[in-house]
Amino acid sequence: MMTTTLSLAQARAEAKQRWQNGSEADLLITVGMGTCGVAAGAAEGLAATQRELDRRGLRGHIRPVGCVGMCSYEPMIELEAPGRARINYGNAIAKHIPQIFAHYLEGKPLVKAVIVGEVVATVSEANGQHLHSLSFVEPGSEQRIAFQRKQLRIVLSNCGLIDPESLDDYLALGGYQALERALLTMTPEQVVDEVTRSGLRGRGGGGFSAGVKWGLARKTQRWPKYVICNADEGDPGAFMDRSVLEGDPHSVIEGMTIAGYAIGAQMGYVYCRAEYPLAISHLNTALQQARALGLLGKNILGSGFNFDIAVKEGAGAFVCGEETALMASIQGGRGQPWPRPPYPAVAGLWQQPSNVNNVKTYAYTPRILRMGAEWFRSLGTAGSPGTAVFALTGQVARTGLIEVPMGISLREIIDDVAGGVPQPKTFKAVQTGGPLGGCLPDPFLDTPVDFDSLRAAGAVMGSGGMIVADQGTCMVEFAKYFMQFTCDESCGKCPPCRIGSTRMLEVLERITDGHGQMEDLDTIRRLATGMQQGSLCALGQLAPSPVLSTLQHFEHEYIAHIRDHQCAAHTCKALITYEVIPELCTGCMVCARNCGADAIFGAKLETHVIDPALCERCGLCMEVCNFDAIQIISPRLAELRLTS
Amino acid sequence: MPTLTINGQPVTAPEGATILEAARAAHIHIPTLCHHPDLSNVGACRMCVVSVEKARGLQTACTTPVFEGMTVHTDSAEAIATRRFVLEMLLTDHPNECMTCEVNGDCELQDLVYDYGVEWPQHDGARHSYAFDPDPNPFIAIDRNKCILCGRCIRACTEMQNRDVWSFASRGFATKLVAGADQPLLDAGCESCGQCVAYCPTGALFDKMSLNKGRPSQVKKVRTTCSFCGVGCNFDLHVRNGKAIRVTSARNAPVNGLALCVKGRYGYDYIHNPERLTRPLVRAKWLDPARLAQQVADGTWQVREKAGRRSQQTENGQRSTSDNAWPTDNPALTIDHFIAVDWDTALDVTATKLAQEKKRHGGRSFAFLASAKCSNEENFLFAKLTRQLMTTNSIDHCARL
Repeated sequence: MMTTTLSLAQARAEAKQRWQNGSEADLLITVGMGTCGVAAGAAEGLAATQRELDRRGLRGHIRPVGCVGMCSYEPMIELEAPGRARINYGNAIAKHIPQIFAHYLEGKPLVKAVIVGEVVATVSEANGQHLHSLSFVEPGSEQRIAFQRKQLRIVLSNCGLIDPESLDDYLALGGYQALERALLTMTPEQVVDEVTRSGLRGRGGGGFSAGVKWGLARKTQRWPKYVICNADEGDPGAFMDRSVLEGDPHSVIEGMTIAGYAIGAQMGYVYCRAEYPLAISHLNTALQQARALGLLGKNILGSGFNFDIAVKEGAGAFVCGEETALMASIQGGRGQPWPRPPYPAVAGLWQQPSNVNNVKTYAYTPRILRMGAEWFRSLGTAGSPGTAVFALTGQVARTGLIEVPMGISLREIIDDVAGGVPQPKTFKAVQTGGPLGGCLPDPFLDTPVDFDSLRAAGAVMGSGGMIVADQGTCMVEFAKYFMQFTCDESCGKCPPCRIGSTRMLEVLERITDGHGQMEDLDTIRRLATGMQQGSLCALGQLAPSPVLSTLQHFEHEYIAHIRDHQCAAHTCKALITYEVIPELCTGCMVCARNCGADAIFGAKLETHVIDPALCERCGLCMEVCNFDAIQIISPRLAELRLTS
Repeated sequence: MPTLTINGQPVTAPEGATILEAARAAHIHIPTLCHHPDLSNVGACRMCVVSVEKARGLQTACTTPVFEGMTVHTDSAEAIATRRFVLEMLLTDHPNECMTCEVNGDCELQDLVYDYGVEWPQHDGARHSYAFDPDPNPFIAIDRNKCILCGRCIRACTEMQNRDVWSFASRGFATKLVAGADQPLLDAGCESCGQCVAYCPTGALFDKMSLNKGRPSQVKKVRTTCSFCGVGCNFDLHVRNGKAIRVTSARNAPVNGLALCVKGRYGYDYIHNPERLTRPLVRAKWLDPARLAQQVADGTWQVREKAGRRSQQTENGQRSTSDNAWPTDNPALTIDHFIAVDWDTALDVTATKLAQEKKRHGGRSFAFLASAKCSNEENFLFAKLTRQLMTTNSIDHCARL
């Protein structure tokens, strides 16, 4: 079915009407139904909500939405009665739903559920257009909640606001206006120019100018061309792209269609990892809706432009996030990278000109075309306009998905947005860029977060993973974890990565096992150089980064492991021994009873002894001891005591 | 035709040529392992890395196209260090078995390790220890411990033979060369052409019939033409102590290059077979008895075994007269014995019999069957013989049967 501008305008008017109707119900209920919410029990909460509505005889309008990024509060539910404040409740599992209703409607006290904040609509305006997003404020005040105070939601603006499975919701908030503008009032060159002028840089990690990339693909005079969306988000703990696809799939479709128009492609692929079933399902629903309304297919909006999108599910290889491996995988081949040049803009998918961008890059595009390049440029920094999305994990008070303006410092993110490292521990390092990124210690915390500053500091922006480590983290172990990840995920094509990463891991294991030699540090550096210079793709070239950056900033920890056989964080099991402090032990037998390895001996009321040969170093004894009578010492000290 | 500079030397190369092609045309050496001129380039082994001015990092010469004004340094310190690193890494997972290796002296890895002076890396880390020759096929021996995962076998099988038998399984350090879905070769659709062996740069794939028969330095290579069919493939027979022990294809063979079929590559055991026909054999009954006696007595002709049972029976199953003793002094000689004669005699007998039978029954009583072993020219002459001389159109070819 072909949709003309007129009928799209009508569809949008109707959609706006329906969006308004939602708030005319007795109760507008918004439930966070992203994968994170569902995993925390949102589906059961939704059913309980329906039961509660029925019980109270209320006419409710339930809107399932994507993730708002506050992982620790999941599942979350919002209630809004006409004329009253909209309140977001956290920990809204099924059995807490009645008390949430009672709190909202009757002012009864909350027992287990918590108030996250009052939700107020935020609208920014530019170019005569509006960008709607959500803000959480402290109830009854104008002050935003701490987690949100420094955030700026652009690419995540619709996540948590609209029902991702409703085209109406997307249309009502200005969706597909950018496509309309591009197809009907702009030439492809003008689209490329506008995106270039906005300064949008690729959000997959490389930070290459999106507009310049599109221009290169446009310049290659060979058809067919392809638009490819890289949704193979593989960094451990990262879920930015998943949230966008789950919470706002139409923005990605709209962005890809605009890119197709700009470069002259008629076909697009979304390469999404199969581990994201909800994202794939929402994406497929959105694709069907867009096709039904003629926003995909032949002669879109009567412009004569044809475009469609297919979803290709990845099979769980990290390396398929590398664009050439990704294309090899779409072609049905083994997910192995091929060397560039030629770049995809010249010879990509099936050797045809292709444009590969990250999910977020495409999702930014409609917003840029709607609100204008100047609006986007005004956000963030001059070199890196816009916002940065991070999946914040590790040892901080508030983990979650955040979107902050570029240029914000790491310290602001960690202390203000994430609430800092919980006491009594202190901050040690922050890793950006996932397993291929680098870590930065305290002196670097005032580094502004943008592509160039982070790179200059020795870390990378990456696609948005951010892991905070506290004093309880051993940096050698930390580096080893990422190297293990690289070993598992190396595709095996080139020897520097395939064998180099294995050799590197062996050295790191030797060090954490207490068998390291001082020469090992040179070996690490030599292996790192070989991998960086010799590897075919970014996976192998960047794999040594976590090791090198920990070695740069925490060399003393490596040396302590090797020379003193000490792991300050007490996490390297080969370098710690649990010992009973005889003066404090009361012989209560709690530790012996709890020990899973039967490694603790001693009769009642007598001092206990831990056999280091049997001990599995789980630390349970230390946890359960009521008298703080168990301590960790280095095995060397234990040995000295034995011999003396 | 872009002009570039390689090691300070101006080089002109065709549009779309790679740095490697441009360098080789200008006689500038760049080492390679996974590259082969017959196959597509994958840039896997990292041996051909070179420094290109203004490019970020090292580039693989085998895949990077040249452009006007490009400046290349093939032996920059970085490139050499990287090549040495790659070789060292490969050796950390390679058996130190050159002493007993079949391809000692004809191994691309060994040559490169020699060229770059890489020392044997001592380490106690992981090494693969795959079983030697685990595949039951009769022709191709596999030693995965020596495999450097260059993928040349895979590309040879896919691109030249279109069989897609080989591929990689698993990933990272566990990456392994497998046939089909890690199946025996013959189950994976292998036709035993041995192309994979021909393209293997190390001893990972080898000809099973030639194991322990002689190494490159011990054999004499004799270029010959395959006798199996009329295509005329050339190959090298490896001869040691007067015996052919292996066949290897040669890239400069005009018809076939490195390609051969299973018969050409592995069908050479007939050479030293005692049953091999080396002279024409004629049944005793077609020969003149007096001359036969004379020639046998002289030792010019030899009596071979009696013909097979089939010819000794008539259609009704009764014993034919063929058991009748031949009227010679030799009581053991019957009319069905094969006699090894000279070519002239054999051809005379054939020609005489053909002429006789044509006269008696006419040309149309004949059917002629041509051979795949004949060349085009021979088959053309055979058709002339059939149609013009023997006046029959009944000619066919064994390949259709």
